[in-house]
Amino acid sequence: MPDRGDGLMASGGNGKDRGNPAVDPFVEALLERAMKVSAAAEVFHVRHRDEPVIFEANRLKLVESRESAGVSLRLIKDGKIGFSSTSDFRNPGKLVDKALEMSPFGPEARLEFPAHRDFSPVDVYDEETASFPVEDMAELGQAAVDRLVRHSPDLTCDGTVAKGVTTLTVLNSSGGAASYTKSVFSVFLHGTVVKGEDMLLVSDGKSWCRPIQDTTEIVESIEAQLDLSRTVAQAPVGDVPVVFSPRGFVGALLSPLMAGFSGKAVLQGVSPLVGKQGQRLIDERFSLWDDPTVAYATGSRMCDDEGMPARKLSLVSSGTIGTFLYDLQSAAQAGVESTASAHRGISSLPSPGSSVIVVDGGDTSYEEMLRDMGTGLVVERLLGAGQSNILGGDFNANVLLGYRVEDGRVVGRVKNTVISGNVYKVLENVRAIEKETHWVGGSIRTPSLYAHSVSVSAK
Amino acid sequence: MDNNGNIRDRIQDAMAGHDARYIEIRVEDVEGSHIRYRGKELEEIGHSTGVGGCIRALVGGWGFVSFNDLDGLREKVATAVRNARLAGEKDVSLAPVEPVVDIVPPVVVKDPLAVPLHDKKSLLDQYAETIWRVPGVTTSSVRYGDSRRNRILATSEGTYIEQGQVDVSMHLSAAARDGGEVQQSSLSLGSNGDYSFVETLHGDAETMAHRAVELVKAPQVKGGEYTVVLDPVLAGVFIHEAFGHLSEADHVYENQQLRDIMVMGRRFGGPHINVVDGAAVPGLRGSYKYDSEGVPSTKTYLLREGSLVGRLHSRETAAAMGEVPTGNARAISSQFPPIVRMTNTYIEPGDSTFDEMISDIKDGLYVRNWYGGMTTMEQFTFSAGESFAIRNGKVEELMRPVLLSGNLFTTLENLDAIADDLDMNQGGGCGKGGQSPLPVSNGSPHIRIQKCLIGGTA
Repeated sequence: MPDRGDGLMASGGNGKDRGNPAVDPFVEALLERAMKVSAAAEVFHVRHRDEPVIFEANRLKLVESRESAGVSLRLIKDGKIGFSSTSDFRNPGKLVDKALEMSPFGPEARLEFPAHRDFSPVDVYDEETASFPVEDMAELGQAAVDRLVRHSPDLTCDGTVAKGVTTLTVLNSSGGAASYTKSVFSVFLHGTVVKGEDMLLVSDGKSWCRPIQDTTEIVESIEAQLDLSRTVAQAPVGDVPVVFSPRGFVGALLSPLMAGFSGKAVLQGVSPLVGKQGQRLIDERFSLWDDPTVAYATGSRMCDDEGMPARKLSLVSSGTIGTFLYDLQSAAQAGVESTASAHRGISSLPSPGSSVIVVDGGDTSYEEMLRDMGTGLVVERLLGAGQSNILGGDFNANVLLGYRVEDGRVVGRVKNTVISGNVYKVLENVRAIEKETHWVGGSIRTPSLYAHSVSVSAK
Repeated sequence: MDNNGNIRDRIQDAMAGHDARYIEIRVEDVEGSHIRYRGKELEEIGHSTGVGGCIRALVGGWGFVSFNDLDGLREKVATAVRNARLAGEKDVSLAPVEPVVDIVPPVVVKDPLAVPLHDKKSLLDQYAETIWRVPGVTTSSVRYGDSRRNRILATSEGTYIEQGQVDVSMHLSAAARDGGEVQQSSLSLGSNGDYSFVETLHGDAETMAHRAVELVKAPQVKGGEYTVVLDPVLAGVFIHEAFGHLSEADHVYENQQLRDIMVMGRRFGGPHINVVDGAAVPGLRGSYKYDSEGVPSTKTYLLREGSLVGRLHSRETAAAMGEVPTGNARAISSQFPPIVRMTNTYIEPGDSTFDEMISDIKDGLYVRNWYGGMTTMEQFTFSAGESFAIRNGKVEELMRPVLLSGNLFTTLENLDAIADDLDMNQGGGCGKGGQSPLPVSNGSPHIRIQKCLIGGTA
């Protein structure tokens, strides 16, 4: 154990050699205290501030200023992991006592804390986001809402414009130390049109580490949804050619697909991808990355939540299954290296997950896909997706927003329609992948995906 | 609260003398533990504490401030008032309520926080072992959590309430795999203050594990319209999604078209349908004495004999619609403002029986258990954990789980039979406006729905 000296409430003096952003003195003191009573320890600390302005029924309704901070302590005592967390910074001693009290019952520690202290920078902070005036956010949101209501006077629009700043710190007894600050700006708009017994819901939005000063793209996307949805059309049923728009792909297919890449699911033997690494299971035009280094994407980060340096991972390369996602403990259990995929909140241990999902573009335009499909369905938004057996790759959902296609063009919005299938069967052999890629939110970039056939049922 | 002695004075002092129509301060502390098994191994055991607070101020619109650090309360109130002034265009009003001063200790039957860690772990060990004794199980998960929350609410109208709540929850699941096919089965349970609720699940755990193994071999359901019979668990999810959310007045009060649809007296289903929500219904996961605005809880009929007779309100939505607050404004923690939420929602018993319901079904489905449910008011979904074919009045073979899709205007009309065997599902957590999972319960007797749309193979 490295000698870290005494001092229960060190006032920052011990941290000067670390070369990272100023670490909260509480965090250092807590680690030192924990190291005195355990073989190894790690402190994870998050400080978060955000200011959303919220619109309801076309007008500004609520302005919020939210601050929160929390700290968690993971320690290893007699080979077992003890864990405790708090948002009450008045009593660090209690946190150490509670983690110690938990440790005899805790899981066997397979992990070792990493010693990384130097990280390649990843751009995730913009001072302009942090200092963006709340009055201007209110104005920007109101202008976007007003424009949508001018386009469709029968629209009732809700929305949120928000800015947030998060500082995250990981410090451990191996000498590992990481701290960075991320800013996030987001604009989300939702509209409802009620006509008799028909309700239409439209929405779009984006998050980015830099300010989103121009909402044109979001507004035009919602206007397009409104224009395409004015007529209700009967859904084609049976095995039907389906284009999943970028949001449709994310809603229907991405979670069941990603569930298979969880190192934990692989360890437990419940991932359909167990033993399939290096095999071509998916269409060879399909490549999928987890890339936490994309500048200003909201999921990007220089290190994961255990202080491992982040790097771009190839999950599917031309249809061939690549790496699975691991944090320290699951990697040690599997006998592999952590892929720096740890995500955690304050009140629980880390778990592996993705950061910024990027699907490579294909060679077909969106218009060409529609022209090719004859009679088919475009899936844009789903309801109830993910509330099924996603471990097995199944998807099952109501098509909340989707369009019937005839002769290469959208003829109307479908209703009372459900789609059903399995992501591996859909991706095994796709009809086409869109050339262009699009951001969905601030941490997924994907093209539209055109499936030969998906089971569609409708009233 | 550590500094409970003077917290009331500090709050009152901080609230005084600001230029706002209404100010409320909520402060809470929470303590809890969780244990998780993944497979045979304990994966995580942890303890957490928290403290936090928030301020809501009304000038024209609302201002809100939340924090963990209780110092500088007065400046935080000033920030909330400033925010409210910024949001100043709306003319929000609040339905009047009598100020309340009360101290409400948590309802505790067997306090989960008083159960030694060793006993909790050995209970979970037993559940994990029970699941793994079933041949064919590939993996399992056992998750336990408990918490004790003490909430203080003080308003500029003179309300001061301290209210405690103890929650305990257990989630078990088993998965089985055959080649690339993975199937799972799960069980969720929770209780308001009674650990003994989660102590006797051994038989249920074993049944669940068998179910996961059987599902791998079970055939898929063909998509289309079916006559379906829902068990009380899934029927509870159904009513929560089909009608509960639309009864939350904040979805309706500012939209004239929706107000026209949700007009009192409108018929949504047959005269056998009666639907209730209420935190005043005692002993359930969504039960409490006062909501997060200090309004006493009630029991509210939403549908009586198939017609709309009530809805769920906060003080704001009640004022906007000229109705009476129902005590349904709930905040999941002190980091959020209260919004209109359900509590304990259920369909009242009818006079049919399960056997009568299935007796004249030639080709239908018996759907049980649940993955979840979602709604956007008109369209909604509810996902079953397992299905059984019904043929010629008999429940036959097990089928894969299905997603059921409903429509506000037709599905309740098609609910044509209600049994007499009401049962409440206490394992649910509801999500709305980023506040999830909020403890709620929902329930129903067995019900039958004609022409229900189901996703499946072509």
